Amino acid sequence: MKKIIIFGATSAIAQACARIWAAGGTEFVLCARDEARLQIVATDLKGRGAANVSTAIFTAESVESCTNSALQALANGCDIALIAHGVLTDQKDCQQNSAALASDIQINFTSYAIIAEVCAKFFEQKRAGTLVLVSSVAGDRGRASNYIYGASKAAVAALASGLRGRLSKVGVNVLTVKPGFVDSPMTAHLKKGALFASTDTVGTLIVKAVESRRTVIYTPGFWRVIMGILAHVPERIFHKLPI
Amino acid sequence: MKRCSWGRYPSAEQSIYAPAWAPQLTDPFFLNQFKDPNSAINSGLKSTVLPYGNGRSYGDVCLNSSGVMLDISHLDNVISFDAERGVITAEAGITLRQILKIIVPHGWFLPVTPGTSWVTLGGAIANDVHGKNHHRAGTFGNHIESLELLRLGTTSTVSPTINAELFQATVAGLGLTGIILSATLKLIPIANHRIEGESIRFESLEEFFELSSASDAEFEYTVAWLDCLWSKGVRGHFMRGNHASKSNLPTLKPWSPRWELATVPCDVPGIFVKPWTMHCFNFAYYNKQRAKVAKINQSFEPFFYPLDIVSNWNKLYGANGFFQFQCVVPHAAGEPGIRAVIEAARLSGAGSFLAVLKEFGSAVSSPGMLSFPRPGYTLCLDFANQGAETIKLMQRLEQIVIKNGGALYAAKDALMSAESFASSYPRAAEFASYIEPGFSSDFWKRVYK
Repeated sequence: MKKIIIFGATSAIAQACARIWAAGGTEFVLCARDEARLQIVATDLKGRGAANVSTAIFTAESVESCTNSALQALANGCDIALIAHGVLTDQKDCQQNSAALASDIQINFTSYAIIAEVCAKFFEQKRAGTLVLVSSVAGDRGRASNYIYGASKAAVAALASGLRGRLSKVGVNVLTVKPGFVDSPMTAHLKKGALFASTDTVGTLIVKAVESRRTVIYTPGFWRVIMGILAHVPERIFHKLPI
Repeated sequence: MKRCSWGRYPSAEQSIYAPAWAPQLTDPFFLNQFKDPNSAINSGLKSTVLPYGNGRSYGDVCLNSSGVMLDISHLDNVISFDAERGVITAEAGITLRQILKIIVPHGWFLPVTPGTSWVTLGGAIANDVHGKNHHRAGTFGNHIESLELLRLGTTSTVSPTINAELFQATVAGLGLTGIILSATLKLIPIANHRIEGESIRFESLEEFFELSSASDAEFEYTVAWLDCLWSKGVRGHFMRGNHASKSNLPTLKPWSPRWELATVPCDVPGIFVKPWTMHCFNFAYYNKQRAKVAKINQSFEPFFYPLDIVSNWNKLYGANGFFQFQCVVPHAAGEPGIRAVIEAARLSGAGSFLAVLKEFGSAVSSPGMLSFPRPGYTLCLDFANQGAETIKLMQRLEQIVIKNGGALYAAKDALMSAESFASSYPRAAEFASYIEPGFSSDFWKRVYK
């Protein structure tokens, strides 16, 4: 039976993945900040076929909480670890408020590094497993409107890339996921263009990528093309674009 | 933000509130937001509220101009699934599609399913939807064991036996009696995911009526597709089927959900609704089947949800959207009534791309005060919105239906008059006394005077 640990289990993308995995009779350890929401997700996964679901509260701002949750979650074994928690940074607030900036980077990057290192040690010894880290297309290039968020997600991508180099030697796969616009409660107030993907679509792509041991995926794949073009636009022009 | 229903007519400017988690709805902070005209939710409007699922109804039952759209589509968690008894409890925003993914592998199926799997559980209850097995199973609401309703700030259990009158108001209650938080649905057992049956060509309405009355006893599902544009009258395919029996199990691959194969990315400016394209489509579709009787042996998805394979098919009707017209005419006036509607539509030259005809049975009576299904024949047509002409046609058809003692389906209506509503929904006044204070919809403002 597959054993899967999810950090940020109440995030819409993580839940979409978990629902697909649940149908196969998976054993889950779910870590998240909010107890009530965590229980809703756990019950949902049991209803969808999960064999066993245990939950743990964790706080991404706390180094101790990250380390301990990761160690405890790994204690019963693990085949796939998905790190998907995060906060949508308020860019304007971060420009004024250093404490908010530090806390957001802690949640969106530092905690990823701490948890990923604990998982990496575990998988290295086991010589098997998959580690999935959720980055973002926002990390491919900094934009004036959300570069603090983008910078954290760029750091996640670099972290994942390095870990992949280290762990590929022992047969452990590290998957970097770069979602584009996702139709989630967070974006309910926006007009949905053709670029928006449902959480179901994103989840399905992630689960497939884990199975086929992909390394870096954009969800959906057309974002690779968009970001490939945007990455090559000269700086002077890039910052005049209406994005 | 401007939002429209699946028919893309009309559209309504409204503010949107989309909770991500059910407890947000019972939070006192949230409830107070509705009472505070300056809150973020109300954005300065003195407004009413209307729950919204996945927006698959056609007219304006899911719209609330200058009010708040309470989008519950993210509240889609399963609360329990008993694979032994075949009972599922889930939050109201779960789609039937998601429910099928969970239950079909365990040998269960929806007791009643409409023609798309993209509707939410809450929406299916609020519109008391029906399916091809109406003559046997009644409506969706007939299979709800109980539901949790958030009303006047408290959550209460509502079922056919507990708060029975509130249950009758909430089923087919168009979202107006409060917020359906979750519901428990009784499922039906199936041996596998296949549907077996036959498709029979018919060349007159008489033939349809004969086929229908001869089939209802032996077939769980019956429906007819009509070609109303045929020069010699009405012809079509009568489809009847049952869930397949165990016999073909050993060689059968397990069911896996079908993907959407195509999408309509933008409005198609009208060419798909010109008379010649409709003639071509109807001719080709009718003649696709050469034999008088063709066997049906297919997965349940193409049988029940043929259009689900194309996402956004509603954009084929162009930017002005389209009208659905679904009526029921009682058995007594059945044949002349249905014939008169089809003739009036044909005379107008507007033509209907998809026309569907089915007999509603009297085996199970509808549970809701505002339920649409009642014994008789139900006919469903659609018309691209070409302005005043189309509206006049719809009104003409409405008159014919009302004159024959029939009714129009709220979930597909954008134009029905208050008089027609009053005469065809006699329990409207009783229903109105159950409306949650502060809840309203464009449909309700139009039809209830």
